[in-house]
Amino acid sequence: MAKNDGSEQVIRHKVRVLNKLGLHARPAAMLVQALSNFPNEVTISKGSKKINAKSIMGVMMLAAGPNSILSFDIYGEHGDQVKQVVDDLFKRKFDEE
Amino acid sequence: MGKRFGIAVSPGIIVAKAFVLESGDLTVKKTAITEADIPREIARFEDALTKTRAALLTIRKKIATELGREHSEIFNAHLLILEDRTLIEEVICRLREEKYNVEHVFSQIITEYTHAFSQVDDSYLKERTSDIKDIGKRVIANLTGKKKETMSDINEKVIVVSHDLSPSETAMMNKKYVVGFATDVGGPTSHTAIMARSLEIPAVVGLRTISAEVLDGDIIIIDGNRGVVIVNPTEEEFEAYRSEEKRVVEMQQRLDALRDLTAETTDGHAIELAANIEFPTEAESVLLHGGQGVGLFRTEYMYLNRDGFPDEEEQYKAYKHVAEKMAGKPVVVRTLDLGGDKFSSSLDMPKELNSFMGWRAIRFCLTRVDIFKTQLRAIMRASVFGNLKVMFPLISNIVELRKAKEILEEVKEELRQEKKSFNETIELGIMVEVPSAAVTSDVLAREVNFFSIGSNDLIQYSLAVDRGNEKVAYLYQPTHPSIIRLIEQIVRNGHAEGIWVGICGEMAADPMLAVLLLGLGVDEMSVSAVVLPKVKKMIRSVSLAQAQALVARCKELTTSEEIQEYLHNELLPLLKELEE
Repeated sequence: MAKNDGSEQVIRHKVRVLNKLGLHARPAAMLVQALSNFPNEVTISKGSKKINAKSIMGVMMLAAGPNSILSFDIYGEHGDQVKQVVDDLFKRKFDEE
Repeated sequence: MGKRFGIAVSPGIIVAKAFVLESGDLTVKKTAITEADIPREIARFEDALTKTRAALLTIRKKIATELGREHSEIFNAHLLILEDRTLIEEVICRLREEKYNVEHVFSQIITEYTHAFSQVDDSYLKERTSDIKDIGKRVIANLTGKKKETMSDINEKVIVVSHDLSPSETAMMNKKYVVGFATDVGGPTSHTAIMARSLEIPAVVGLRTISAEVLDGDIIIIDGNRGVVIVNPTEEEFEAYRSEEKRVVEMQQRLDALRDLTAETTDGHAIELAANIEFPTEAESVLLHGGQGVGLFRTEYMYLNRDGFPDEEEQYKAYKHVAEKMAGKPVVVRTLDLGGDKFSSSLDMPKELNSFMGWRAIRFCLTRVDIFKTQLRAIMRASVFGNLKVMFPLISNIVELRKAKEILEEVKEELRQEKKSFNETIELGIMVEVPSAAVTSDVLAREVNFFSIGSNDLIQYSLAVDRGNEKVAYLYQPTHPSIIRLIEQIVRNGHAEGIWVGICGEMAADPMLAVLLLGLGVDEMSVSAVVLPKVKKMIRSVSLAQAQALVARCKELTTSEEIQEYLHNELLPLLKELEE
């Protein structure tokens, strides 16, 4: 995993949870799986919580319900590709409806 | 060791050895380790993770083939929890810091996570604590090497005793050997209850502490009719139940001989005797017990105990299966009846102070038109494969009925546009279960093709009695004069408009009350498949004239007790015959 030493580039990206059930186990699993294909370090913040986006426990602990806003920090090279994947999953509502 | 009382959720009596499923206990021994032990502990942990992973992959595959891929998806999340770097690193880190055996460290961390999850104010996520616990237990079992016999290894008849049963647990059972369930928690719509009814095995839930009071191999008796469980019965209790069990089986066999006969009175009046089902696979059992149709196909099972909602295709397959299986016999599909005591873990339905009078059934569907339309589309598309009918639950006024019909028309129009075929003349009916609908049934009858009286709710609402409240449960009286009058009124109003009137509540399942309903002019009765032959035998033993005379006398009586007693005395010889 790329080290977050503060010197490398970071993309901050905000998304809204659109699927009606929120980020429960299945969508959380989809997100973690998709991100694990990239070497980038990714964190998600919601309110005062900040977690490692590649940890399913972390993602589930966000308890991100419908319409909540999540802030992604994507570290390392080619972060725009990661951003694209994240965006796509949320827009597709995790294939839920 | 005595009797335990719980909630009877699936009928029948069975005597067998107990098989106790591990309770949700994560306690392990705690031993201090030294610096030198750390690599060994890490290796043990990694080994346990690998083994657990292999086991989960097997389960996922098994469930995907047996229940369908959508049911196996939850295991993807289970596998990810297992591979979670944050979790693994935390275990290794704390192992180095705290220097205790790895099972202790791991169990502590899992407990902390489940505790944190239970604080989350999202009811869906709260339920996920059981997934994490499940994973935790599996890993710990592999760490401690305590390999308990698993459900799939059972090779003799057993009663499964557990705190609760999850879909993953029931999926792993060898159905051939599981003959009953007894659990600490649960209600009539819990997964355990639904599974038991589908497997046609007796089950008692809500026994509070049974899983802690029974050991593997204890002999237990489950009486799924009365909600009683006897642990290590005395010789006397044992014999009493043994003969009872035998008697029930013999009686069932005799009744099954009636399978191909119609439900016709001695003076030639035939009614339609159908069965209530919950799962598509039960259609077979309806035919086996001589049902002339499905009078109530509950569709909630697809929405309960799962992730997400069933899509149109999944529902279409379910309705099509039943339509085809019943081969032209009528199948009344009740649209979604969520709420009350049935909740989906995927739907964000708020806890209501009075859920039976709240946002449920048709009220829910009329706000969540998307969910409603998906179901109606599936039913309509399946309607070409048999004789399906649509029924709306909990209608309380004509406006609701019209709105629901409008949505059905929209769905029909969509299907026409898409050139998808459906039965244009599909029959449409309503459950009459709210007193306001019963009283205005003359108005409602003009706009539907049939009524089906939902006696459970009709009684509960009319008498203002919550059956689940033991302090007032005695007031739940199907023979209350008001109920007899209401049913008479519904039947009369329905017949005046030329529509048929059925009943699909538990009232019709009581042979004595079935005679009363017959006399009140009910055209169709729908009961659970197992009691159907009994009701049929009763109807075949009386004449319509006799039933009508009983009704006439009942209407002169003023209390529920008098009516009950009168019917009992009049029908005693026939009731005795039924039990023989």
